[in-house]
Amino acid sequence: MKPRILIVDDEKEFVETLAQRLTLREYDVTTAFSGKEAIETVRGYNFDVIILDVLMPGMDGVETLGEIKKLKPLTEVIMLTGNATVETAVEGMKLGASDYLMKPCETEDLVSKVQKAYERKAEHEERIRAVKVADIMSSPRSVL
Amino acid sequence: MAFWSKIRPQFWNAQVYLSGEQQNVSYYRRIWKVAVVGITTVAVLPLVAMTFMNMNQYQNALKAELISPVTRLVSNTKRTVAHFLHERRSALRFIVEAKGFNSECSVENLSRIFIRLKNSYGGFVDLGVIDSHGVQRAYVGPYSLTGKNYHEQPWFREVIVKGVYISDVFGGFRDIPHFVIAVKQDHDDGGFSILRATIDTDRFNALISALDLRPLSDAFLINRRGILQTPSRFHGNTLEKINFPVPPITTATQVQEVKDDQERPLIRGYAYIEETPFIFVVLKQEKELMMGVAKLRRNLGLFLALSVALILLVILGAATHLVNRIYEADLTRTSAQHKIEHTNKMASIGRLAAGVAHEINNPLAIINEKGGLLKDLLSLSSELPPKDKLIGLVDSIIYSVERCSVITHRLLGFARHIDVRAETIDISQFIEEVLGFIGKEAQYRNIAVNMDVAENIPLVKSDRGRLQQVFLNVVNNAFAAVDDGGRIDISVKIESVDKISVTITDNGSGIPAENLRTVFEPFFSTKGEKGTGLGLSITYGLVQKLGGNISVESEVGKGTSFRITLPVKL
Repeated sequence: MKPRILIVDDEKEFVETLAQRLTLREYDVTTAFSGKEAIETVRGYNFDVIILDVLMPGMDGVETLGEIKKLKPLTEVIMLTGNATVETAVEGMKLGASDYLMKPCETEDLVSKVQKAYERKAEHEERIRAVKVADIMSSPRSVL
Repeated sequence: MAFWSKIRPQFWNAQVYLSGEQQNVSYYRRIWKVAVVGITTVAVLPLVAMTFMNMNQYQNALKAELISPVTRLVSNTKRTVAHFLHERRSALRFIVEAKGFNSECSVENLSRIFIRLKNSYGGFVDLGVIDSHGVQRAYVGPYSLTGKNYHEQPWFREVIVKGVYISDVFGGFRDIPHFVIAVKQDHDDGGFSILRATIDTDRFNALISALDLRPLSDAFLINRRGILQTPSRFHGNTLEKINFPVPPITTATQVQEVKDDQERPLIRGYAYIEETPFIFVVLKQEKELMMGVAKLRRNLGLFLALSVALILLVILGAATHLVNRIYEADLTRTSAQHKIEHTNKMASIGRLAAGVAHEINNPLAIINEKGGLLKDLLSLSSELPPKDKLIGLVDSIIYSVERCSVITHRLLGFARHIDVRAETIDISQFIEEVLGFIGKEAQYRNIAVNMDVAENIPLVKSDRGRLQQVFLNVVNNAFAAVDDGGRIDISVKIESVDKISVTITDNGSGIPAENLRTVFEPFFSTKGEKGTGLGLSITYGLVQKLGGNISVESEVGKGTSFRITLPVKL
């Protein structure tokens, strides 16, 4: 199964280009152009990794991050930031973002970070599954 | 002129530009003048007044001191003269009242009396006995006057009435000044006889010369018609008429200040000698008496002049020094202000740079992605991607580069205008430009910025760099005041023929009334650690420098409105 990725940024062209590039690299990519739209999308689908811009009109990155973490705590979020807003990115990390990227970013860097985040999430889910399986094994009734 | 340029103080033609204060060329000179005139007035005026008051008082005291000796002299001399005459009159009366004195007095008898008189009293020149018909019956003296008839003479009639007669001094046919004392003796048979003595005036002269007068003083006797009875120093000889009016009759001694014929002040003392036709007069030149006063006046004048000169010197020195210090302090203040302004400008640039870096970042990120995608398309797939797709990618790269260059140009435009220069500016276009720097922030924070420009706004002649700083400061303040989703209105209006106004209104928190008066003062800040309190004070200074004005209105909870008026290019 392809890793499912959501890209959120108000720069439409940037989002679309990045989406194309990631699609070329065999990712399942969805886009959103504002915080609100992103939350709506997250509500309906499960994503593995979300790339989230810090600075957006309306709902900003940190706020959006909070909402996403409330809805889907397991989703890995990578903050996307300019030079001026590194502090905001750090704040985002404290709130549960797994990593951050400086714009403009090296493609290889981005891809490796996305990959790492995806693997981390997979591992995480794997562990949860293992716990659940162990649980079921010890007490099959718990499935019910 | 060369000397003046050497001693001229630094501040004389100096002009210092302080924010909020428009100084004219003579600012320091005026302070200096006010100080000098003020201090001089309070220091010198009382001194001069005191000196003149003292002088006057001294003069009066001295004059009083001068008058009393004159009074004393006059009364003493008057008494002496009166006594002299009284003595001789009494002697004559004694003689006529002696038993057996009558008109039939023999010459021998008379000459015996004459010799006794001469010996006892002196001054007698001759002696005669006159009968009731006016005929001189007996005569002793240097002339032969026996038988001379005095019946027609006025003195004869007067002596009949009064019993005693003292004549004025006269020359008579002898042409030697002398005067006459006549005494009448009534007889039992109803007739009378008269004893007439002539006394020469040497005695008077001796009396007066014994007064030992100063060289410019004069003392003499006159009769009631103003004929000199004794010689005077300056008013003619005996029997000449004096050249001033006869002083009015008084019983007491009088001392007055009068003017002589050359308008010189004189002190005149006089006294009427009772029962005689004589008036004793003393004239003293006031000048002579007032020598002491003149000396005092000279000394006081010298002292005053020296004191005033010294005071003036000190005042000039002190005032010059103080104003120079003020000038230097102002210079220091101005340079500090320049430094602060520069710091503020640098801070604005720094703030801008951060914003600009962010704005440039976005197109750069797009270029990066487009370039990356291009590479991906070329390297990942084996066949060549469609041509129009490639062209689209390149186009959007070029578009993003254009976006970047717009931003960099704007920043360059800001940095370039550090020097003061007057330029013609279209104010609405200018404001759009300034807003361009912060448009992104407005977008992120969802702040609505509305421009309302009246029609036919004239061009403004101003310094672009400074004006940018002014509007950036004010707009930044507005941004800081409003919450996200707030609103900022900018309206441009024509104020008058030579003025336009730009009003920047926000709907932020507002400024409390007690702070409203101090917002333009340096180091006033409500931002705590974050603000220097210099932004608005510098803005105020800059607007003043550009010939404009800035004012503020605010209501807590409703918002703040800054109004900037600027002069129009004429």
